[in-house]
Amino acid sequence: MSKPVKVLVWSVVALSGAVALATIALHRGEEINAMWLVVAALSSYALGYRFYSKFIAAKVLALNAMRATPAERLENGRDFVRTNKWVVFGHHFAAIAGPGPLVGPVLAAQFGYLPGTLWILVGAVFGGCVQDFVILLFSVRRDGKSLTEMAKDEIGRLGGLVAYVAVISIIVILLGVCALIVVNALKGSPWGTFTIAMTIPIALLMGVYLRRIRPGKVLESSVLGFILVLLAIWGGQWASTTPSVGKYFTLTAPTLAILIIIYGFAASAVPVWLLLAPRDYLSTFVKLGTIAMLALGIVALRPTLHMPSLTRFIDGTGPVFAGNVFPFAFVTIACGAISGFHALISSGTTPKLIARETETRMVGYGAMACESMVAIMATIAACVLQPGVYFAINSPAGIVGQLPEAATSMISSWGFNVSAADMHTLALAVGEQTLFNRTGGAPAFAVGMAHIFAHSIGGQALMAIWYHFAIMFEALFILTVLDAGTRVGRFMVQDALGHIWKPLGRTSWYPSILANSALIVGAWGYFLWQGVKDPLGGINSLWPLFGISNQLLATVALCVATTIIVKMGRARYAAVTLVPLLWLVAVTFTASYHKIWDESSRIGFLTHARQLATSPTAGTAGTARLIFNDRLDAAVTGILIVMIAMILIESGLEWWRVLRGQKAAQVREAPFVATRFAEEQA
Amino acid sequence: MKTPPFIHSAIKSSAGKRLSAVLEIARLMLAEIFEEAAYARFLQRQGIQSSRAAYAGYLRESATTRARRPRCC
Repeated sequence: MSKPVKVLVWSVVALSGAVALATIALHRGEEINAMWLVVAALSSYALGYRFYSKFIAAKVLALNAMRATPAERLENGRDFVRTNKWVVFGHHFAAIAGPGPLVGPVLAAQFGYLPGTLWILVGAVFGGCVQDFVILLFSVRRDGKSLTEMAKDEIGRLGGLVAYVAVISIIVILLGVCALIVVNALKGSPWGTFTIAMTIPIALLMGVYLRRIRPGKVLESSVLGFILVLLAIWGGQWASTTPSVGKYFTLTAPTLAILIIIYGFAASAVPVWLLLAPRDYLSTFVKLGTIAMLALGIVALRPTLHMPSLTRFIDGTGPVFAGNVFPFAFVTIACGAISGFHALISSGTTPKLIARETETRMVGYGAMACESMVAIMATIAACVLQPGVYFAINSPAGIVGQLPEAATSMISSWGFNVSAADMHTLALAVGEQTLFNRTGGAPAFAVGMAHIFAHSIGGQALMAIWYHFAIMFEALFILTVLDAGTRVGRFMVQDALGHIWKPLGRTSWYPSILANSALIVGAWGYFLWQGVKDPLGGINSLWPLFGISNQLLATVALCVATTIIVKMGRARYAAVTLVPLLWLVAVTFTASYHKIWDESSRIGFLTHARQLATSPTAGTAGTARLIFNDRLDAAVTGILIVMIAMILIESGLEWWRVLRGQKAAQVREAPFVATRFAEEQA
Repeated sequence: MKTPPFIHSAIKSSAGKRLSAVLEIARLMLAEIFEEAAYARFLQRQGIQSSRAAYAGYLRESATTRARRPRCC
């Protein structure tokens, strides 16, 4: 393509993006088409990739295609394998895309579509994509070292310790909140519970099929598993309309919580091939297919967004979760904008597959841009709902009341009209008894997705099937996160305890497996139980806690990245990671301050505890437990913030010493070795 | 003006090549994501044919790596 044509093409992309962003930002009181969000997003990612990531690659990181990657130098056909860049891209995207970019944007839609959309776009282009890209490259240059190892090497022992604690904390909180989302989606829903329950024997069957009948035919067994899951959805409808069966699957939130805790423990202790691996394959298969289908559905339907651009709840009084748009919109949406968890993937399997350094740009920056697009699709799915319906589904009983009439009357008084009859009709259409008080984001996303699918394929008649397909899709990969996370957490604890007493570190010693599994499951199970028993639905306190811990992990990753950039002698370009770092520090520290000390009892843990202590029920066991939970949440938030402050100070001192010349600017990366594929690279 | 047949067939064959390249990449991507490629490499490394015993060996070898791999939120 000639230069004038290139200039013309990129000018058109920039202009389309500017017009789309202006449309979504400036429209007030009118409904807009979802395609404006799609155009704004695609233009932003294209411009970010073409210009910003290219600048980072050339000026900041100085990518060198002639430098051999660990996949070449350490190739062993097992962990280190030179792999085609598109294959690594798909592999990396499948690993980073989880339930986060679907749930966070749905919850943040209570502020309207504008704050979430802007944060997803700006956060991804200047923060999330950059973090994933630089951490991937730095791990490639260090033989695929993990984030915690890089923190220890480049910042110091304290940096390594803080990164380790941050990873364990985020895993525990993430698993608790993920399990809560599943519980809230399945409580009182025999159809959903039946379908999800069936995925366990289906995964076991896949495991046996793979091992005994068709060894290694994973794709084939995943297709088979998918067909069985579709049958399970159909069977769920039968179960829900057959009282003698349905009663066994109509479960309360506490019962579901206990079952999920038992499942989590069992899944962590049984062999990987039997449950974890097949469930992971099945979940990936459904995830990739559904995301593609949702994208096609949005483009085919081009739905109208009924949610206003900004709602009155930017003042912090929102029913879904309490807190002002700043900082809470920015911790509510982590995955999709910037997620510290991605730094673990970018410094895990992916760096060991990269064939040449220059490909880290496409894999790191590009895959995150795709995940961000998934978050935009989730925003669209939430905002195509009538706002009254959105708030009726997402508001906890503690805010809007238990009865449909009371809830709809309260929601209508906020200016979002909805009637009990509307909600009843919608619940029947999706095959549920009620859709009130289904906090957690998953059911609202499922209704939005069912709306998009039903209007694109199959019409209203398939609304119930699509709703339960969406619930199955979310619950399936949330449970996969639960299986994998429990096991990863258990290994991390075993690694640490092995330093104290060697047998505890042996990953094949059953007493150690059981004890450490119980420790991790007990930790996230406690958060789950706390959420289930919370009169405000649990999401109000736990999702911000998860968002804060995830963003704090991103803070650790950006500290590591900035330190390395400074040590590389490129401090003049350190702003590419320093600016997102400072933004995250501002967001997480402000959010943490509010969650601990805010005078509103819906926001501040300690104020809520004080209010409970002076309430008429103060002496009861239930209230005492709620008070303890509030204080525990405040303490967890406080400990995380103190640790992050420590790593910030340690990083800052390291930068100071290097910039003042008190310490040699020396990075700890693998020595340069020229690639054997120079001709191919050229 | 009508496109000469040889140009038409050249365009068609180039489009066909591109499509088959895209499909091949998609196949490789799925094979890597679903670990069929990793199993094939294992078989090649060990110099053995696929069988129950071979797959069991592959599962044993990859169990620890897989169990330590987080799935993102």
